[in-house]
Amino acid sequence: MSTFLIYKLALVLAVFGITLLVAMYSTYLERKVAAFMQDRVGPDRAGPFGILQPLADGVKMFMKEEIIPNVSNKFLFIVGPCIAMITAIMAGVVIPWGNTITIGGETYTLQIADINIGILYVFGVVSIGVYGIMIGGWASNNKYSLLGAIRASAQMISYELAMGLSIIALIMLTGTLSLREIALMQGGGVGSDWNMWNVVYQPVGFLMFIICAFAECNRMPFDLPESETELVGGYHTEYSSMKLGFYLFAEYINMFTSSALMATLYFGGFNFPFQNDLGLDPNLVTILGTVAFFLKIGFFIFFFMWVRWTLPRFRYDQLMNLGWKILIPLAIANVAITGLVKILVK
Amino acid sequence: MQSLSGRSKVVVKKEMTLAERMYLPAILGGVMITLRHFFKRKTTIKYPEKKREFSAIWRGHHVLKRDEKGAERCTACGLCAVSCPAEAITMTSGERKKGEEHLYREEKYAVTYEINMLRCIFCGLCEEACPKEAIFLTDRLVSTDYGRDGFIYGKDKLVEPVDKRIDVTKRQTPAVLEFKKHKEFSHNK
Repeated sequence: MSTFLIYKLALVLAVFGITLLVAMYSTYLERKVAAFMQDRVGPDRAGPFGILQPLADGVKMFMKEEIIPNVSNKFLFIVGPCIAMITAIMAGVVIPWGNTITIGGETYTLQIADINIGILYVFGVVSIGVYGIMIGGWASNNKYSLLGAIRASAQMISYELAMGLSIIALIMLTGTLSLREIALMQGGGVGSDWNMWNVVYQPVGFLMFIICAFAECNRMPFDLPESETELVGGYHTEYSSMKLGFYLFAEYINMFTSSALMATLYFGGFNFPFQNDLGLDPNLVTILGTVAFFLKIGFFIFFFMWVRWTLPRFRYDQLMNLGWKILIPLAIANVAITGLVKILVK
Repeated sequence: MQSLSGRSKVVVKKEMTLAERMYLPAILGGVMITLRHFFKRKTTIKYPEKKREFSAIWRGHHVLKRDEKGAERCTACGLCAVSCPAEAITMTSGERKKGEEHLYREEKYAVTYEINMLRCIFCGLCEEACPKEAIFLTDRLVSTDYGRDGFIYGKDKLVEPVDKRIDVTKRQTPAVLEFKKHKEFSHNK
């Protein structure tokens, strides 16, 4: 029992650390990707290729003056970024980072908690995340912040619906809500356990999921909550110092989590092709699988940035149109067709 | 109405096809463009380590030349100040005393000579106006400053040091000297 606790504690700390590290380097990557796509070189002064830039940014964030507007609701003003950060980190709990590792007869699962409603948990936590933005925006007592907050909540509600519906089709296929089981179902190999990644069965569902993920993370084509050209800074207009840092950080953590979720649900999670045919040690397969998983996450994070530096921002009515009039009917149709095909195949 | 230039375009607002309305093909095209730029050669010049080369006729920080013996060429005639479109040049003249022949080439010289670098537009008309080949624009940069006063350059910053002559051959080519002989070519005429 105590080894179990120690193991879980270590895993929690590791996942926490890795999440923060990835988020930190996402900010660096974002700047580099932006620069490269605009034919620039990006930050390259702090350390070789500027890899110490996130540290410099962090130090800067901490050293900045902390301003709390005196017309704001001070308690909620501080609570806002805390909620955003906490919920962002919490979502990583159910992600299966890898298969099992066997050491000395004991089997360890590379997942903090394999709850049987993993997907619902993620959805629940992510939808609490919008409270961080809403509370922060409202507590600032600033019209731009409030507008940003209202936009954020409207956008979250609209796209959470479509996202949930796009997942239903997938759940109909897999028959489980546990992320680990969904990942295991996609285990690759030649022969009897030949399983395709879910994206092959659910391409439209994946497309809708990724669009909604962009909207949920407030990323570029859908970054209306903070659209700096219209709303100064949106919900974080009044924020400074590390509280602003928390909001920005939460965005990158959300990106990391949704990348992990997409990789798990649609791109095989910790599985890689032919993993059972190489004749490798199961532990080694697990480690390679984790590496593959992080490569997939990395690709999705890059994709997030790639799209950000390609597309302009939606207009607000276009955003609502896309969410309510296109994505939701399409998702429902997807669910219906998936059900129909399932019955016919049986 | 008929277009006179032949460059006007007729704008047609046509309905988008289904493929266009889905936006995804267009987005794919856009994403491919950014990806191409991702692998393109970068145009950035990493400044302090690598400096961009100046053009051969770069017009920067002025210099007041001395002649071969080290005497100042400027005679404070004021033609540069007159020609200056930005009114950046001011000077006061003085008479050369006995024993100062090694300092000033002619009997009249500039006691003070100031160029306001904030007004200067680096057009080079002062250089063109100068009959004594005294003022030139060089390939040096005017450095930054926190205040405005620092940008008014006096003789201390303009006159070249005797032991550290400043090369102006790039601006004083034979063609330029030939051009200067014919004042009717000048831009002011």
